[in-house]
Amino acid sequence: MKLFKMRGGVHPEARKADSSERPIRILPLPPLLHVPLQQHIGAPAKPVVRVGDKVLAGQLVGVGQGHVSAPVHAPTSGTVVAIGDHPAPHPSGLSAATVTIAPDGEGRWFEYEVPADPFALAPDDIAARAGAAGIVGLGGAAFPSSVKLDASRQSGVDTLVINGGECEPYLTCDDRIMRERASEIVTGIRLIQHAVGATRALVGIEDNKPEALAAMRAAAAATDVQIRAVPAMYPMGWEKQMIHALLGREVPAEGRSADIGVLVHNVATAWAVQQAVCQGRPLVSRIVTVSGGAVVAPCNLEVPIGAPVQALFDVCGGFRTTPARLVLGGPMMGQQIARTSVPVVKGTSGVLALTQAEIGLTRPAPCIRCSTCVRACPVGLLPLEIAARVRSDDLAGAVALGLKDCIGCGSCSYVCPSGIPLVHFFNYAKGDLAAQARSKAKQETTRKLAAERSARIERIAREREEAAAARKAAKAAKEAAARAAATTEAAA
Amino acid sequence: MIAALTSLTVLGTSLGLILGLAARFFKVEGNPLVEEIEALLPGTQCGQCGYPGCTGAAQALANGNAPLTLCPPGGRAVVAALAARLGMEADLSGVEDAGPRIAEVREELCIGCTRCYKVCPTDAVLGAAKHIHAVFSEACTACGSCVDVCPTEAILLRPLAPTLQSWGWGKPGLQPLAIAQGMAA
Repeated sequence: MKLFKMRGGVHPEARKADSSERPIRILPLPPLLHVPLQQHIGAPAKPVVRVGDKVLAGQLVGVGQGHVSAPVHAPTSGTVVAIGDHPAPHPSGLSAATVTIAPDGEGRWFEYEVPADPFALAPDDIAARAGAAGIVGLGGAAFPSSVKLDASRQSGVDTLVINGGECEPYLTCDDRIMRERASEIVTGIRLIQHAVGATRALVGIEDNKPEALAAMRAAAAATDVQIRAVPAMYPMGWEKQMIHALLGREVPAEGRSADIGVLVHNVATAWAVQQAVCQGRPLVSRIVTVSGGAVVAPCNLEVPIGAPVQALFDVCGGFRTTPARLVLGGPMMGQQIARTSVPVVKGTSGVLALTQAEIGLTRPAPCIRCSTCVRACPVGLLPLEIAARVRSDDLAGAVALGLKDCIGCGSCSYVCPSGIPLVHFFNYAKGDLAAQARSKAKQETTRKLAAERSARIERIAREREEAAAARKAAKAAKEAAARAAATTEAAA
Repeated sequence: MIAALTSLTVLGTSLGLILGLAARFFKVEGNPLVEEIEALLPGTQCGQCGYPGCTGAAQALANGNAPLTLCPPGGRAVVAALAARLGMEADLSGVEDAGPRIAEVREELCIGCTRCYKVCPTDAVLGAAKHIHAVFSEACTACGSCVDVCPTEAILLRPLAPTLQSWGWGKPGLQPLAIAQGMAA
């Protein structure tokens, strides 16, 4: 089997063995579940329950609003005790609208209809069921899956790529799910393939997961799904890198994989699709890796959405030392969080408690223009040049050098011998660009409002003048009529 | 003699005709630069620059009579855009840019006089006589016109608090990144 040579990339120490050899455990239900209404890219869901309502596991608590959105379901049966703001799993530490549920411990499920033969369903029905089950990309980006499935069916993709790369250090949730639930994943892959009408399905798994490869090969033996080993390197799990490794096709700059006829989904997303379509179970839990040097017993847990991060650490034996940094996701692209009260959401692949030695902060030194970052960049950009432009507030120059194509993988920051936070510069610049776009959109709105107001003021002035003229004319006509009457009277 | 007269007359008439037609068909309505500059300005006609609306300001900028930093609501973004369009070096150090702000009515001081409601260039104030006024944040440009007319100083411009959608990373300094302290929930 031919694999294609890739550009850039780094080889960070994997540190996966801490958690990869322990089977997935189920997290005991915490006393409260905080289910945010926005756990996906797009518009937040709108709550459809009220405080005091009893809900069943899998029952709808928030409906998606607009085209790009996803519904939210109750992770277990219980009572809605609050609907309001709760700290969001976000580096800003800001709060987000959240439905808080007190579990009753019974775990009774809301019964959804299950088709006798899921492969007899119409393709758009599968996408609709995935959408109704609140499935989003479980690799971390949390993009609503049904939107991707619909768009891919309409644009006619020919190849389905399933991403089992899991290139982030520490994370082993996809590894474990492939080892333990391979047959469900393969069914999910075939359902997605059926939903988009792809002619072939490929699964790319990094070659540092031989057990997962073997399990997936065994499960896919009787099907058309092809399992491929890809070299372990970071960022192999970036979908464009995975496509290039498996197919040798390159996604154009600022383009999407659908532009070259490929749809990419994560292995855990395939599992969620199988659960939704074959079992009638919406996405209300996910596998989360708990790891990091500060954790006593790292492992993988199946966690109900909304469980506070602290509960995960408690089950893993608590902290060995005070963690220097808490991260949601992987250490390369994850989000730093300030407190452990934030909930696990659909996009949370891992929770890491890292020690001072692991984060290895150093004081940034000046750039020595060694161009190590250029060799590491998987997109083929010039990180040092872009960062220099961002530092001197030349955003236009940074965009011209391809800032918008940066995927924020952090390979450049990882290899920089001067310890320059390159990816931080790019994230800052992207945020600034987004703020500029927002203010431009607002300016368009206010410009329209100002024009409407001046038109209204003009119209009112004109109408007033016209009314005055009409009154004057009416008065003149009346006087003329009176005069005429007087003359006729006099003549008579 | 007659040949010279005829040829000059024909030449003069035809050239005159061509010039006359060109003047009609290629007529330039005002300075095109003014329109371009006006498109870069916020367009709310708030008048804080001292010119009668954004068109007046654009004319002054096109004639070179006004500094690039004349538009307070536009902030740094407008200065940079103007500098790029006019090919001038902009000195951003003197520009105050407090970030996005909006007007806020302090309800305990508002007497419902409707003065702010009447001057707002974008209809961002909601109110009626003897009722407390409120501001639509989506429509407010923080031009400050309402602050100037409020008889009870009930209106303040306050910075817009970041939301999960608008929050962004700060610019990294060359100091080591701050390490999250206080892990307790």
